[in-house]
Formats: sequence, structure tokens, C-alpha cells
Amino acid sequence: MIHQYQNNGYNIVLDVNSGAVHVVDKIAYDVIGSLEVMNSFHTPETLGKENTYRYLLEQFGGIYSEEELKEVLEAVIELTEAGQLFTKDTYEDYIGEVKQRKTVVKALCLHVAHDCNLACRYCFAEEGEYHGRRALMSYEVGKKALDFLIANSGSRRNLEVDFFGGEPLMNWQVVKDLVAYGRAQEQKYDKHFRFTLTTNGVLLNDEVQEFVNREMDNVVLSLDGRPEVNDKMRPFRNGRGSYDLIVPKFCKLADSRNQDRYYIRGTFTRENLDFSEDVMHFAELGFKQVSVEPVVGEDTDPYAIRESDLPQIFREYDTLAKTMVERERSGKGFTFFHFMLDLEGGPCVAKRLSGCGSGTEYLAVTPWGDLYPCHQFVGNEEFLMGNVDEGIVKPEIADEFRGCSVYSKEKCRDCFARFYCSGGCMANSHKFHNTIHDTYDVSCEMERKRVECAIMIKAALADEEGE
Amino acid sequence: MKHIKTLNTQTLNHTVKKGGCGECQTSCQSACKTSCTVGNQTCENRK
Repeated sequence: MIHQYQNNGYNIVLDVNSGAVHVVDKIAYDVIGSLEVMNSFHTPETLGKENTYRYLLEQFGGIYSEEELKEVLEAVIELTEAGQLFTKDTYEDYIGEVKQRKTVVKALCLHVAHDCNLACRYCFAEEGEYHGRRALMSYEVGKKALDFLIANSGSRRNLEVDFFGGEPLMNWQVVKDLVAYGRAQEQKYDKHFRFTLTTNGVLLNDEVQEFVNREMDNVVLSLDGRPEVNDKMRPFRNGRGSYDLIVPKFCKLADSRNQDRYYIRGTFTRENLDFSEDVMHFAELGFKQVSVEPVVGEDTDPYAIRESDLPQIFREYDTLAKTMVERERSGKGFTFFHFMLDLEGGPCVAKRLSGCGSGTEYLAVTPWGDLYPCHQFVGNEEFLMGNVDEGIVKPEIADEFRGCSVYSKEKCRDCFARFYCSGGCMANSHKFHNTIHDTYDVSCEMERKRVECAIMIKAALADEEGE
Repeated sequence: MKHIKTLNTQTLNHTVKKGGCGECQTSCQSACKTSCTVGNQTCENRK
């Protein structure tokens, strides 16, 4: 399967099943596209047949010379032989086998506070309460959660724990005590905890910063961008904006971590479809690790992204990608989470095609110790899997999540981006289609665009290296 | 090649043999909590 597109003056050919990326001239672009239409299952043998060359002559005889067409066809045959063009998707049985392997729990999202000191309008946690009551996790419940993780992690050494909410700094002492408890277990069980804190920054102070820099592998700082954008969507409960209080603290924290191992993370909505301006606002503030993600809202929410917004969103991603190339070239580069792509490495096929791990490797824990497949399912009783005292009491829920991969989703089979999103977010699928085996279509459109932009950036930077 | 410049030599098919160890980070643990981004994760075996 070939996906080809033009972006920022580059002709790009992605061999979907190998992940090989080729930047080509116009004739190669036309020839490869035409060969894909002729037979998307081409092999070196079918490409080498006389009728393939004749087909190209019929298509392009009056446009390109015979010599050029032969040259390109030979190059295509060579790449196909090398497994970098017309590669087959031979992974379905393999993924089936991978999914049957016994999984271990390797990550927990600890909802240490179902309460929040902000009242963000789009919050899926409904001001931290997740359709339920306000609550803080006790140290005892948190300890049992870490014990559960250790006991169910098999031989996996690195264990990830995200302190999440609501706002976790509203339960700060418990966070610190749980980190200490986790560290005390590491040697005993030959484990290593990687802690993450996701915070809105309202309660961030020097003491928190010092602790976070010592203990947290990653910290996610929530802020939406320009002051007017942030304050409209992220006000305090009394309606006052949060930008002025929070930004200086986030800048200080990011610098104190040498601009590493953190993300400044925003959400864009229908009310700031010009979100590339917000990303650039972060860059101007000096942030080097940026993530700005589309909101997920009901169709009835005025801020929700609609299908009709996609053309503008695509233009924004294009603008952002071009600007990032320019900034990189002038030594002012920054990382945008959704454009991160490692063409030479990155995850293996098993990881890329088997889904995000929610419900099996990754679970969310409520303040009172209930277990859910992920933070987004919290509060939906249909997905209550168990609790930290009894463990998983409904393994059938884990089995359903285990059975979910790109091959269980019809829409993913023909999608070139399936190796980059792993079939998309199961919670979003359930939200819009009442099943985890579907996809949230607007999100898919955006993901495809982001993958295209990310590859273009690689092409542009490689172009510079070659000059 | 005159007409084609290939950006990456290491392709996905090579990861089938040694992949699937499961030591990598779960996708929502990095920054995203509302989408699914796996392609940008790091392989623990390559560190």
C-alpha cells in the first residue's frame, strides 16, 4: 500500500507497511502513483513484466521520455526488492499472536484528586468530579494501588504512575507519600517507578518544583496558549482567568528542568481554530516541549470540533509545520508532540498495531480504589473492572480491550496512518459509536494530516542536510 | 537514486523478530490524554 501526497513543495511517497519514506521528483511521483492504481500488490516480478512498462508508456509516453520512465521503473523495482515499496501487510497473524500473550500491568493513572481549583469548560472530568462526587485519594488506597501494580507487573521493570486528577496538587501530601512508598519498594522488587505529574499549576510553588524535579520523570503542564484563549476556557470557578497566575510558574519550572522531560500541554477548540498561534505563543514564551491537542466534545457542545472545521485545522497544521522547519533552521526549534516522528526507530510493529494498552497494560484508579480501563472511562460503571483490594474482578472487560487492534477496526484497514495511531483512542470510539472497535472519524482526519506534516518536516530537514 | 531519495533505511518489517517485548511506555503516559499517539513513542530496546 502506497500513500503519496504533496506538501510544502515536496513530493512524498510513504510505503505504508514498511514505513519507508521517499522524497521523489515529479516523474517518480506520477509513475509510483500510476503503478499503485494499476496493481497495489505489485511485486518485483510484476513490475518487471513487459506489460507494466507498456502501461507506463501509455500513461506518460507523451509527457516523459522512455529513458526517464525506464530509469524510474528500475528504481521502483530495486526499492520493492529491498522491501521499501509495495510492501505487503503481513502483520495480522503476528498481531493476533502478540495479543494472545499474557499481558502485565505496567502503568497506572492515579486519580489522586477528584476535585479541581479551575472550572475548564471542556473538562471531560467535569471539574474533576467525573460525574460523581468530589473526593481525594487516601494514602492507604494509593499504597494498595502501587502494590497492585507491582504484583501484576510480572518481570516488567519500569513501572509508570501518573498523578492525575482533577488537580493532583490538591492532594499533594499524598502524592509525596506515595512517591516515597514507591521508591521504598523499588529495590525489594527490582522495579523502577517513573512518576508523572499532570497539573494546572495553580498550587505550584518552589517546594513542589523542587520535589517534582527530583522525583518526576515527566511533568505535564496544562495551559491553552494566548491569554484570551486560555482564560476563556480555563477560568477559576469565580470566572477569573488563570493565565497570569500560572504562566510565570510554568516558565520557571520548565527552565529549572533545562527545558526537558516536561510538556506544556494545551487543548484547542472550535473557539481557537487558529491554534498554531497558540503553539507559537508557547514557543515565544520559551517552551521547548509543546503539545496542543484537539478537544473531544459532544456534537452539541459549542466548542466541539466539527467536520466542517477540518479544512481550517489542516491549514493550521500546515502553517505550523512550515514555521517549525524555519525555526529549526534558524536554531530556534522546538518539539511539537503530535509531529514527533522517529523514522529510523520508534516503536516496533507489535506496539504500533496492537492499540494503546488501556484496559490491559494501563489502568486508571479512582480516589476510592476502583479500577477502570483508562482515565476517560472513569465514572462509566459499565467499565468498572475491579478495585485495588480484590484486583480485576471482571476479566472479560480486559479481554475485550485485549481483542482490540487495528485489525478489529474496519476503518483502519485501508488507512495509511494506522502504524502511527495504533487504531486511535478507544474511549473516543466508545463515546461516539458505543463500541471500542470503531474510530472517532474527525480525530482520524486530523491524525492523518499530522502524520503527513510530521513526515514533511523530516523531508525538509533532510533536504537541508543534503544541500 | 536520481529520482528518489529514501529518508529511512530501517523499516518496520525488521522489528517483527525482536519486537513486542512490552517494555515501552504506554501511550497516554506521555502527554496526550485524549488522543492516541503511538508512532512517536520511544523503543526501550533501542535506548
